[in-house]
Amino acid sequence: MESEISEPKSDREPVIEFRDVSLRIDGSRPLVSDLNFDVNRGETLVLLGRSGSGKTTTLKLINRLLDATGGEVIVEGKAASAWDPIRLRRRIGYVIQETGLFPHFTVERNVALVPSLEGWLPSRTRERVEELMRLVGLDPETFAGRYPRELSGGQRQRVGVARALAGDPPIILMDEPFGALDPLTRAELQREFAALSARLHKTIVFVTHDIREAFALASRIGLFQGGRLVELAGPREFAASEHPEARAFIQTLEAPDARRDESTG
Amino acid sequence: MEQTKSLFDFLIQNRAEVLALTTQHLVLVFVATGAAAVAGIPLGILLTRKPALSKPVLAMAGVLQTIPSLALFGFLIPILGSYGIGALPAIIALFLYSLLPIIRNTFTGIVGVDPSVREAARGMGMTGRQMLLQVELPLATSVIIAGVRVATVISIGTATIAAAIGAGGLGMYIFRGLRMFDTTLMLAGAVPAALMALAADFFLGRIENRLAPGKSRPLARPLKLGLAASAVALLAAGVIYSFGSRSGEVIIASKDFTEQVILGEMIAQVIEANSDVKVGRKFELAGDIPHRDLLAGKIDAYVEYTGTAFTAILKHRPVTDPREVYDQVKREYAEAFDLEWLEPLGFNNTFAILVRGDDARRLNLETISDVAKHSPRMRAGFGQDFMSREDGYPGFARTYNLRFAEPPREMDLSLTYRALANGQVDLIAGNSTDGLIDKLGLVQLRDDRHYFPPYEAAAIVRRETLARYPQITSAINSLAGKLTDEEMRKLNYAVDGEHRDAKDVVREFLERAGK
Repeated sequence: MESEISEPKSDREPVIEFRDVSLRIDGSRPLVSDLNFDVNRGETLVLLGRSGSGKTTTLKLINRLLDATGGEVIVEGKAASAWDPIRLRRRIGYVIQETGLFPHFTVERNVALVPSLEGWLPSRTRERVEELMRLVGLDPETFAGRYPRELSGGQRQRVGVARALAGDPPIILMDEPFGALDPLTRAELQREFAALSARLHKTIVFVTHDIREAFALASRIGLFQGGRLVELAGPREFAASEHPEARAFIQTLEAPDARRDESTG
Repeated sequence: MEQTKSLFDFLIQNRAEVLALTTQHLVLVFVATGAAAVAGIPLGILLTRKPALSKPVLAMAGVLQTIPSLALFGFLIPILGSYGIGALPAIIALFLYSLLPIIRNTFTGIVGVDPSVREAARGMGMTGRQMLLQVELPLATSVIIAGVRVATVISIGTATIAAAIGAGGLGMYIFRGLRMFDTTLMLAGAVPAALMALAADFFLGRIENRLAPGKSRPLARPLKLGLAASAVALLAAGVIYSFGSRSGEVIIASKDFTEQVILGEMIAQVIEANSDVKVGRKFELAGDIPHRDLLAGKIDAYVEYTGTAFTAILKHRPVTDPREVYDQVKREYAEAFDLEWLEPLGFNNTFAILVRGDDARRLNLETISDVAKHSPRMRAGFGQDFMSREDGYPGFARTYNLRFAEPPREMDLSLTYRALANGQVDLIAGNSTDGLIDKLGLVQLRDDRHYFPPYEAAAIVRRETLARYPQITSAINSLAGKLTDEEMRKLNYAVDGEHRDAKDVVREFLERAGK
């Protein structure tokens, strides 16, 4: 308790809070319900679950791509519904699996998107773009003038990460950013990203269905099943969880041979 | 081969006219598709914002496209009233045809933007407007241009039909060629129009390719070229149109067919030859524009037909006595419009009942009454106009007691000549001054019961103009009675059939007549 008061920027300060949040569209089965959790400053919360378990929906409730129909999402102390969605989104970086890079923009203009929307001076924008491209491992000389279709999948995703970081947002949302990459590239980017997030002190919410990725990146893992958060714990506690869905995921880690047998035969 | 050579010769000899018609054609297409783009692109964007509207709006635009162009022109004539003829209805029709491809492509182009790009744009905090201008429109541009391209090509083709309602353009050659069965003339309209369509297709295709997402410096070259070409075309149009505008002291006008151009030129030349009055020419005006321009003082004289003035302008029921009609239009024009009818020129441009020469000789046909007893073995073909008008077929058949082997075939007037010459029909109602009558060896039967009202040609001049230049009256009246039906046919044929310049044809006639 003492430490919380003397160190307001400790990892216990909630930046995003979910309070009894649910989302139901047109009277059908709710997409998510009874969500109650916090995301603390500087942590990387990984939302893990099967396809359709509600993790991406939860992510979109944070930057108001979706609006909750019940309860309240609070971002930086203010209800999301009270935020101007445009202002809110510019404070939150967003990376998606398909990258969503603008095909008619060069790499440089893609990365510069938020700074240019925010009306930064061109010189400052250019500096920032170069800095970020180096940060994500792309040589500005080589890549600044290229178009997305001239890049490999991994390079594109690096640009996607650089674009999300460009406005220096305190929060980053990532929706299976490495899901479409080959295993080697994926592992490489995960490694680099883990190092990067440790340096940047951003609050990150990261969606994946890959438990290896979750363990590689997470400060805490939240497990989704049927639109509910069924487990929320640090990696070590999560590995020991008794929840059947958590066990199912962990088993895929413990029995790699069994999994290979399953998939081949 | 020969066709190609004669087409080439024709285009070279008539290059000024070809250029003028091409420019007119381009202006119609440019204005119409330009307006359709200005209206259709925002409408397409609106549909992406209000998807519920998209089905009914696209369906409506689709229905518009299925209306045959002649029918659409027909609908527009009563709606637009006195502007129902000329460039305006043509532009409106082309505009309506152009809407569908432009709206549809704008809509599908924007809706087709990769959803992940859209999601990323929203997620980055772009406003709706920023998304539209920076993401959706740029990514949809090549699809939108493809729509404009389709609309332009359709318009270039459809604009040829616009000549039917007096809008000019390359369709003039096509219709004139149909009327004269002159393949070269038809090709002179069709080939440049087709080339224009190909050029537009190629050119807009280039722009479309350049604008495909992810290309660098997208607009520069083709757009500049396009703008330059359009500027040159517009400039040329301006120059050409300005030739037709008021430049002399007395302006002579004509309606938009060959005979009228010859007559306008003839009036102009006799004034120039017999006085020092400067003469301006404003020929080929559509519909009742010459009449309205005369009332408005924009022109000073044109040649009108007594029957037309009597029924179409003064709205009287047809009367058959030529003297009575002439006297009445002369009196009423002076009272109502302050316009003077000068002496009739001599010929009567009325319906001509025509048969093949060999039939006339074999059956000894001279008058329409002579046909009555043969009519049960004859087939007739008439233009739509003749079938429907007050002084047309029903009264004609009654007056002469005609009973044809089968109900008359209704077809385009220009096609009836061909049908008669080929033996598909045996009797048609043509035009008494048509050059084709002599060319095809047809015989006109005398209207011995005076069924058809007279359409005597005479110049109408503003009385104000006559007061200022009294010498005009005697100059024009020196032509009185000089132009017989046969003479008029020859002149028409010299221009329509032999493709000679109306100026030269008129000059030779005046020399021959001793003016």
